[in-house]
Amino acid sequence: MKKLLRNQLFWASLVLIVLVAVVLLNNQSASIGFSNGKLTGPIIDLFIFVPPILMIAVGMTLVIATSGIDLSVGSVMAVAGAVSMQFLVNSANPDTPGAALIAVLLALVVGLACGMFSGFLVSVIKLQPFITTLIMMLAGRGIANMITGGKNAAGNSPAFNWISQGRVLGFPVGFLLALAILLIVVLLVRKTALGMSIEAVGINPRAAEMAGIRSGRILFMVYALSGLLAAVAGVFSVAYIGTVEVSSSGTGSGMEMDAILAVVIGGTSLAGGKFNLAGTTLGAFIITALNQVVVYLGVSSAAVPAFKALVIIFICILQSDRIHGWFSRPDLGQSDDKKSADSDKAKVVAA
Amino acid sequence: MSSDTKVAKQKTTSKPGFRVSRTTYPTIAAVVLLVILLVGGQLIYGKIFAWNTFSSLLHNNAYLVILAVGMTFAILTGGIDLSVGAVLAFASVSGVLLLQAGVPWPLAAVSIVLIGTLFGLLSGMLITYFNVQPFIATLSSMFLARGLASILSTEPVRVPKESPMLDLASKIMLIDGPKKNDLTISINILIALAVVIIAFFLLHNTRFGRTVYGLGGSEQSTELMGLPANKTKILVYLVSGTCAGLAGLVYTTTVGNAQNITGVGWELDAIAAVIIGGTLLTGGAGYVLGSVAGVFVLGVLKLLITRDGNVPAAATTIITGAILLVFVLLQRAISLTGGERGSEAAASEIEKEQEKAPALS
Repeated sequence: MKKLLRNQLFWASLVLIVLVAVVLLNNQSASIGFSNGKLTGPIIDLFIFVPPILMIAVGMTLVIATSGIDLSVGSVMAVAGAVSMQFLVNSANPDTPGAALIAVLLALVVGLACGMFSGFLVSVIKLQPFITTLIMMLAGRGIANMITGGKNAAGNSPAFNWISQGRVLGFPVGFLLALAILLIVVLLVRKTALGMSIEAVGINPRAAEMAGIRSGRILFMVYALSGLLAAVAGVFSVAYIGTVEVSSSGTGSGMEMDAILAVVIGGTSLAGGKFNLAGTTLGAFIITALNQVVVYLGVSSAAVPAFKALVIIFICILQSDRIHGWFSRPDLGQSDDKKSADSDKAKVVAA
Repeated sequence: MSSDTKVAKQKTTSKPGFRVSRTTYPTIAAVVLLVILLVGGQLIYGKIFAWNTFSSLLHNNAYLVILAVGMTFAILTGGIDLSVGAVLAFASVSGVLLLQAGVPWPLAAVSIVLIGTLFGLLSGMLITYFNVQPFIATLSSMFLARGLASILSTEPVRVPKESPMLDLASKIMLIDGPKKNDLTISINILIALAVVIIAFFLLHNTRFGRTVYGLGGSEQSTELMGLPANKTKILVYLVSGTCAGLAGLVYTTTVGNAQNITGVGWELDAIAAVIIGGTLLTGGAGYVLGSVAGVFVLGVLKLLITRDGNVPAAATTIITGAILLVFVLLQRAISLTGGERGSEAAASEIEKEQEKAPALS
């Protein structure tokens, strides 16, 4: 029982269940319905809205695991969305699957390039991640504006919009794609040595280097991947509404904060060294559910940040040692900590 | 990398008499950039060296100076305060609502400042008592303040026109130039000036200031030296929050209204100004006067871009980003040449310890 209480995912799941329960209690329609060949209902809404935040949160998890941070994801989303929308606006035949495919590829390439730029500065020049991605964040919004000429470009391409609005067997396509990408990333970091290398770099880049891990390469790869996933998120979110909003409160604004929040809720420490993609997925769902709860409770959507803040503060306080000390006797708690630390070491050695 | 350090070492040895600390270089660079921008602007667009240009620079940037001063404290300790923009918005919205409800203006003004202090206290408590990282703690303060501001009102709220609080921003003539070329100041500018002077005194002449620098250098050493690390950290976020409140007062009186979306992204402007001014983001080194120079670099840049008229507004953020990048690269080059010896020493110490280790076991 004590173990369960100390497990961060336990608390996070509890929060998610409470949030979903609140939504269901306040919503008159069936929790999962079926109309016009589409699954509908508040729970399905969750799956429709989760993909963008899930994608950037996954990238953010890996970046944070290297004890870095990526503040630029929101801006990269806007840049990627702007590129794809501007391409569709200028293309002669935006509704063909070919045009939609090229738009997606262009967005991915641009996102990857943004991520690689940050990655280069962090890994080769060895700038601090915070400031590097802050620069990218500042500049990215401007670049998105330049791409569309300051306008909110609307692509008018149902083929492109299908990515986010379409359904397969009534289930949202966007979520299935996001799930597939998530699985690929999980396999990549857990079935190869990549995940362990990322954690090693997060714990101590110097020691990792001595152990034969090319810290620089890992860092570069992580930021590039974060840029790429941010581009995917950008495609999802512009495809959902059919336009890209380049203003500072438009596409992807504030998403970096949501993503960081999702990661922290998921139990990945901002200090780096360990990460938990399952937790991040849970965190992404919590953020999405939180946005919904506020709507169903009839609170103005402008007040959402205050609710988010209370949740973060609650979780941070729960995670702090001071509270852990209250749950368990002090001497017992310490020995537990030591044990878990030892088993962690053993895991790393074994891996 | 090694060739770089060699070059840098040669440079330092070639100037034996030059006693300016290495960490001062970025600040000097910021001042040089400011002068270049001013002189270049004067040569290209004219009317930069004019009293009214300076006056409007001061009027438009007084709030950012105050924010940057507060941010300097947070960054010097190796922390960060992301909440300043949102706290500013909440403080000013609630202050204006108090005014509209008929509360006397001095009380409203004080409450604006104190709301900032309260949020600083919240961040500080989270950071010191619950070991939350400054980034996350101030992020949650930011969300909280922004959300509370939105709950109060999503519409702009106006300061009553007859309120004497607006006198804080009214212009006081200092030099009556020909035509409209006047040098004017306001109480707001004097507030900003006072904040800068007080901050300078606190940082360079008090034990609190030395502890702030110490925390940024090494928190552990500071604690081992018996300096009050936790108390100082809370005080730093109190200072930063109070500055955000003061900046809210200054900004509200300048524009005459307050809104829940005021100050979105201003924390980044403040951070940019502090970094350009030569404060290391890792803490421990920097100058509050450099931050002021950083604010004016950004201010003059915006001025020149509007004067030019051909540069799209979107390019402003790109240019700001580029300048920030240049300054961070400069700092990196300096810390590389300065820090390499330190890390070499650390490495040799580690080697020594490794030699000792078998003997001990």
